[in-house]
Amino acid sequence: MSDFLAMGGYAEYVWSTFGLTAVVLVINMVGARRRLRNSLREAGLRAARQRRQAS
Amino acid sequence: MKLPTWFHKLGSPPHFYRLATLLTPWFYVPAVLLLLAGTYGGLVLAPADYQQGDGFRIIYVHVPSAYLSTMVYGVMAVASAIGLIWRMKLAHSVAAAAAPIGAWFTFLALVTGAIWGKPMWGTYWEWDPRLTSELILLFIYLGYISLRGAFDDRDKADRACAVLALVGVVNLPIIHYSVIWWSSIHQGPTIKKLDAPSITGDMLWPLLVMILAYTLIFAALLLQRVRAEVLDRERNARWVLDIMGAPAQGN
Repeated sequence: MSDFLAMGGYAEYVWSTFGLTAVVLVINMVGARRRLRNSLREAGLRAARQRRQAS
Repeated sequence: MKLPTWFHKLGSPPHFYRLATLLTPWFYVPAVLLLLAGTYGGLVLAPADYQQGDGFRIIYVHVPSAYLSTMVYGVMAVASAIGLIWRMKLAHSVAAAAAPIGAWFTFLALVTGAIWGKPMWGTYWEWDPRLTSELILLFIYLGYISLRGAFDDRDKADRACAVLALVGVVNLPIIHYSVIWWSSIHQGPTIKKLDAPSITGDMLWPLLVMILAYTLIFAALLLQRVRAEVLDRERNARWVLDIMGAPAQGN
């Protein structure tokens, strides 16, 4: 296990690139989801306003 | 030029919105599974490289990001051209949605490449054509995003951004061929790589899996972002109010 973590002496380079990749992937996944949620909320508010006006 | 009917149908925002909602999980779930499989294959199953030892494993995150950085730009440029030529708003939405994803993966390709460069080349950065043209790609993405933010009028933003995206296409062949041009000046590294035994199967499959995973995650992220774009642009359209549960208003 410690051999695996040591990455043949390249630990800092291998783990930093894989770690950064994971972070960027999560940022993108959260970012796209948040962007869509915001747009859905906006559209929902608009529809609710129309509903109030109609009633 | 006349476009086929299915293309018109795809270009219709409500149709695309429904299709994108339906398709997103079919890209998302396999993407995550393949990311895990490719990472395991790359870090555990693949043997160490005979020259770079375990340091070569950075290839499994660097190459897919670098590939996506240019592939996403290609998608953005094609969408921009379709938007300009056929005045298709959905195409502009696709281009706008692709830009931030492309910028992130270009950033990732640059940073993972720099970290890889330190132990292998002895430096994080070298002003060689491949690295420089990839950095220019990042600047084009960032320029595209800020140009879009500079307009209040969405149609004007669409047209200006599409022109910028198409002008920036000249950078793609420069990125691609830079290694060939570069090797004519600094022969060492490329020739050494060509002379080395070709990559073995157990090294290759995790890389291909990662490239496929990145492609699928891009598709999933793009679909989510296009849906958001479409909702923003069509905020007053009947179909948006309908799916949000607004009351029917006669006509």
